[in-house]
Amino acid sequence: MNQFVASNHEILEVNYLNEERGIMSWLLTKDHKRIGLMFLGATIFFFFLGGVYALLLRLELLTPGPTIMDALSYNRAFTLHGVIMVFLFMIVAIPSAFGNFLIPIMIGAKDVAFPRLNLLSFYIYVVGALLALWGMIQGGADTGWTFYAPYSSITPTKVIPILLGIFIVGFSSIATGLNFIVSIHTLRAPGLKWMNLPLFVWAIYSTSIIQVLATPVLGLLMVLVMVEHAFGFGIFDPARGGDPVMFQHLFWFYSHPAVYIMILPAMGVISETIAATARRKVFGYKMIAWSSLGIALVGFFAWGHHLFVSGQSTLTAGIYSVLSMLVGVFTAIKVFNWVGTLYRGAVKFTTPFAYICGFLFFLVFGGMTGVAVAAISLDVHWHDTYFVVAHFHFIMVGAVLMGFLAALHYWFPKMFGRKYPEGWGLVSAVLIILGFNATFIPQFLLGNMGMPRRYFQYPEQFQALHVASTAGASLIAFGFIIIAIYLIISLKYGKLVDGNPWNARGFEWMTSSPPPKHNFHHDPEFPETPYDYHLPEAKHAHAA
Amino acid sequence: MHTQREGQPYLADHFGSLESQIDASRLGMWMFLGTEVLLFGPLFTAYALYRFLYPAAFQAASHHLDIAYGTINTLILITSSLTVAMAVHFAKVGKNKRVVAMIVLSLLAGFAFLGIKSVEYAHKFHEGALPGKYYALEAVKEPGASLFFAIYFLATGVHALHVIIGMSVLVWIGWRAARNTISPEYYVPVELGGMYWHLVDLIWIFLYPLLYLI
Amino acid sequence: MMELLRKLLFLPEGASTFADRVDLLHLFIISVTMISAVGITAVALFFFVRYRRKSEDQLTEESHPPLAVEALFVLVPLVLFLLWFAISFRDYVWMKSPPKNAMDVYVMGKQWMWKFSYPDGPNSISTLRVPAHRPVRLLITSRDVIHSFYVPEFRVKSDALPGRYTEIWFEATKPGRYQIFCAEYCGLDHSLMRGQVIVMEPADYDQWLADQKRGNAKLQDGTPVAGETVLPKSSMKEQGEHAATELGCFKCHTVNGERHIGPSWQGLYGRREELSSGHALVADEAYLTRSMMDPTSEVVAGYQPVMPSFQGRMNAAQAAAIVEYIKTLTSDRVVSESGSEPKGPLYEPVRGQ
Repeated sequence: MNQFVASNHEILEVNYLNEERGIMSWLLTKDHKRIGLMFLGATIFFFFLGGVYALLLRLELLTPGPTIMDALSYNRAFTLHGVIMVFLFMIVAIPSAFGNFLIPIMIGAKDVAFPRLNLLSFYIYVVGALLALWGMIQGGADTGWTFYAPYSSITPTKVIPILLGIFIVGFSSIATGLNFIVSIHTLRAPGLKWMNLPLFVWAIYSTSIIQVLATPVLGLLMVLVMVEHAFGFGIFDPARGGDPVMFQHLFWFYSHPAVYIMILPAMGVISETIAATARRKVFGYKMIAWSSLGIALVGFFAWGHHLFVSGQSTLTAGIYSVLSMLVGVFTAIKVFNWVGTLYRGAVKFTTPFAYICGFLFFLVFGGMTGVAVAAISLDVHWHDTYFVVAHFHFIMVGAVLMGFLAALHYWFPKMFGRKYPEGWGLVSAVLIILGFNATFIPQFLLGNMGMPRRYFQYPEQFQALHVASTAGASLIAFGFIIIAIYLIISLKYGKLVDGNPWNARGFEWMTSSPPPKHNFHHDPEFPETPYDYHLPEAKHAHAA
Repeated sequence: MHTQREGQPYLADHFGSLESQIDASRLGMWMFLGTEVLLFGPLFTAYALYRFLYPAAFQAASHHLDIAYGTINTLILITSSLTVAMAVHFAKVGKNKRVVAMIVLSLLAGFAFLGIKSVEYAHKFHEGALPGKYYALEAVKEPGASLFFAIYFLATGVHALHVIIGMSVLVWIGWRAARNTISPEYYVPVELGGMYWHLVDLIWIFLYPLLYLI
Repeated sequence: MMELLRKLLFLPEGASTFADRVDLLHLFIISVTMISAVGITAVALFFFVRYRRKSEDQLTEESHPPLAVEALFVLVPLVLFLLWFAISFRDYVWMKSPPKNAMDVYVMGKQWMWKFSYPDGPNSISTLRVPAHRPVRLLITSRDVIHSFYVPEFRVKSDALPGRYTEIWFEATKPGRYQIFCAEYCGLDHSLMRGQVIVMEPADYDQWLADQKRGNAKLQDGTPVAGETVLPKSSMKEQGEHAATELGCFKCHTVNGERHIGPSWQGLYGRREELSSGHALVADEAYLTRSMMDPTSEVVAGYQPVMPSFQGRMNAAQAAAIVEYIKTLTSDRVVSESGSEPKGPLYEPVRGQ
C-alpha cells in the first residue's frame, strides 16, 4: 500500500482545500490546484448552458415545421450551442481544469512556471466568457459557430460581443498553453526523463503546442470579422474584391487543430486511467507519446478538408485528403496500444473503465467516419449534412466527454479526498453511453439520406429519425442529472478515501489526496515510470 | 519582495534554482513572441493573396503611399532598437542611470513614430485612401485598391497598438531601473522587455517593404 | 442489389451515374468502421472478463511491445486508409471532370432561392429541368452569401460562392423529380432554400427547350406540373399581381387606397406605419415579407390580427413578386425619401431570350 496511507487522516486535516479559507483565498489564489478547480466549475457551468441549448434544438426538431421557436431563434440557438460548447467548454475543460490540477503534480513540481499568469488566464477566460454571455443576452448571433463570411458581415444579429468574447478567451488558452510548455520543460523533478513522463503530460504538451501556435491566428481572424461587420472594410466581401474563401482557410487553420485541442487531452486521460484500471504498463508508451505529437503536427496541415466542395482544385483536395487520413493512422496507433494494455492486465470494472469502453467505441466509430468524410468522393455527398454533425459529435461529445467524465471520476478522490458512489456512477455511465448512440446514430442515417445541417424546417421523410435522436438526447440529459446529483452530494458526504483509492502507481498518487498546498510533503522522489505495475509494492515504494 | 528592492533576484519557491527560473522566463518570452508573429499571420496571408489577385492595384496603391513617412519611421524604429539594446547592455553592467537614459530615448522614438503615423493617417483620411466602402481615392482607381488600404490600416493599426504596449513595457523597465530593482545579477525584465521591443521593430521591418516599397 | 444496399444504409435512390460508385465505397468504409468500432469495444470487454483483477495488488508483467506488433499497428490502418483514398480520389477526379459535350446551366443562389439560366434558353426559378442520360454541367455562383447546391439523389454538391463560379457535373439516369437543398448555412430561411430538379426523357426535354426558344409565351416553361414553381414570362409586377390573386390577398387588401380588413397596398411601400404595439416602422421589403410569413407579430394600429401566415403556402419567388408588385402601387401623397439608396428589385426579373 501507499506510503501515505498510514498518516492519511492527519494529512486530510491540512490540504490545499482548507489551508486557507475565505472567498478571497480562492479568488486571489496562485495555487494551480485551486485555479484548476475554478476552471472546472466555470466550464461545467458552460457545459450545462450549452446542454440546455442542445435540448432546445432537439425539441425544435421533433416536427418538420416550427415546433417551439421561430427560424431566427433556432439559428441563434445552434450558434450559441456551438460557441459555448467549443470555445467555452471543450477547448478549456480538460487542459485548463484537469491539466492545471495535475500537470505540476505529475512532473513533481510545486506549481506551474508562472502562477500569476495562470490566475490571470482564469480571469481572462471569465471576462471573455461573460462578454460572450452578455452578447447572448443581447440577442446572440445567428451565424453558426463558424462565423462564415460574408454572412457574418451582413447578419443583422449582434455578433460583435460574441466575437470579442472568443477573442479574449483565446488569450486565456494561449497563456495556459504557454505555461504548461514552460513548466514541462523547466520544472520536471530531478531525474524525471521525458520518456518517463505520464502520458497525460505528453498529451497536454502536444495540446499546448497547438493552443500556442493556432490561437493567435483565430484571434486576429475574429478581429477581422468584427471589423468587417462594423465597418465593412471589404476583406471578405467579393463586391470589393475580397475573398470569402480566405476566411474559411484562416478559420480552419485554427479550428481544425482545435479539434485536437479537445481530443488530445481526452486521449491523455484514457492513457492514465486505462493503465490504472488494468494495472499494467501502457502498451507501446513511446508510440502513444509520439503519436500525440504527430497528431499535433499533422493536424495543422489537414484543415483543407473543410473546403472540399468550396471550389478547391482537385490536387489540393487530394493532398488534404491524405493528410487528414494520416491523423486517423496516429489515432489508430493509440487505440491499438490501449487495447494492448488491457491484454494480460488485471482489469477492474469501475466507472472510469465504463467510460474507457465508451471512449474506445466513440473514438473508433467517430474517427473512422472522419476518415470516411476525408474520402473526397464520399464527402461530396456528406459535406454539411447530418453525417458530419454526427461524426464530430461522436468525437467531440462522445469521445471528449467520455474522457472528461473518466477524468472527473478517476481524479475526483484526488481533488476532494472523497469517493463518488460507484453504483450510481455505473448507472449514469451506461445511460449516457446508450443515450449518445441513440442520439447520434440516427443522425448518421439522416446524413446518408441527405438532410443538410442547420435546417430549421425539414422535409417530412426525415422526421422519424429526428424523433429518435431527440429521445436519445433526453437519455443523455437524464444521465447527467444523476451525475450532477451524486457528485454534489459526494463533495460533502462521499466516503473518505485513503490517499490512493485506485491503488494506482501514477505520479499524482505519490502524494496525499487531497494534496497539500505545495503538492508534496517532501521533495518528491518518483519511481522510474508512472506505470511500474510489474514491481511488487515494496520495491515500488522503495523506489519512491 | 524585500529582496527585489535591493536589486537581488527573487526566486519563486517552486523553482529549484535561479537559473531554471530565468530559463523559464526566457522560454516563455520566446514562445510569446512566436504567438505575436502568428497573430500577424492572417494579415500577411491576406496581403499575399490579394497582391497575387490584384497586382496592378496593389502596386499603384503602394506607390501612392508616401515613402518618406515610411522610411523615416523605419529609421526611427531601428534607432530605438539600438537604444533598447544599449539599455540591456547597461543593465548587464549595472549602470542603471544609463539604462533609464536609454529607455527615455527609446520612448521618445516611440512617440515620434506614433506622431508620424498619425500625420500619415490624417493625410489618408483627408484624401479618402480608406478601406472598403469608405474608399474615395481619385488617384488609384484599379479594383482591389481598397483592399490594399484595408490591409494597410489593419496591419499598421495592430502594429501601432503593439508599439503602445511596447512603450508601456519600456516605462515599466525604466521605472525599475530608476528604483534600482535590477542589477547585473538580475536584469531579466530589461532583457525580456527589450526582446518585445525588438519584435515590434522586426514586424515593422516586414511591413515597411510590403506596404511602401514593392 | 444496389437498391437493397441503399435501403440498408438509408441512402436516397441513386439517380446519377455517380451514385453506384460512391455508394459501393460508402458500404466498404462504413462496414469496416462498424466492425472495427464494435470489435475493438468487444475486445476491451473480453479482456476485462478474461483478465479480471484477482487481488487489489496483483502484479502484471512489464509490457515490451515487439516491433512487429507495433509495425502492424501502423501499417494496417495506413494501408487501409490509403486504399480508401485511392478509390475516392479516382472517383473524385471523375466527378470533377465534366465531359466535353456536357450542356451548361448557370445556377445562381440568392437568399433564399435558386435561379437557373440556360445559355440559349429560358430562366427559371427553383426548378431545374435537365435531360436524362446527357451530361449536364452546372456553373454555380451566388449573389449574396455562400450557399451550397446539393442534390442527394445525384450525390453532388458544390458551394455557391459570391464573386466566382464553381462547377460540377452529373448525368442523370432516371427521369423524375429530385429535391435541391441549400447545404451551406445562409441566414434566416436557409432551411427553406429548396428547389427541385426535373429530369426529363431526352425527347421531352428537347421539345420543352424548343418551345422555350420559339418564344411562345403561353408555352413558356412548359405546362406547370402540380407543386412546381413556374414563373411565366412576365414582369415581376405582373407575377406579383397574379400570385396575389391566386393566394387570395385581395379578399382583405385593396389596391386603391380603400380601407378593408387589412391595410390597402396603395402607397404602402415606404410608408411609416404605427403598429398596435405602439412602435412605428417604415414598411420596407423586409417588413412586407415578414408580414406575409408572420403577420400577427407586427400589426398596423387599428387593424385586427386576423391574417393567416403564408409561411409554407407561398414560395420565396412569389413573396418577392408580391413585394415588387406592392412597390409599384405608389400613391401621390407618399414622397419617396431622397437619399435612401434605391434597393432595386429583390430578384432579377425573369427575362426572355
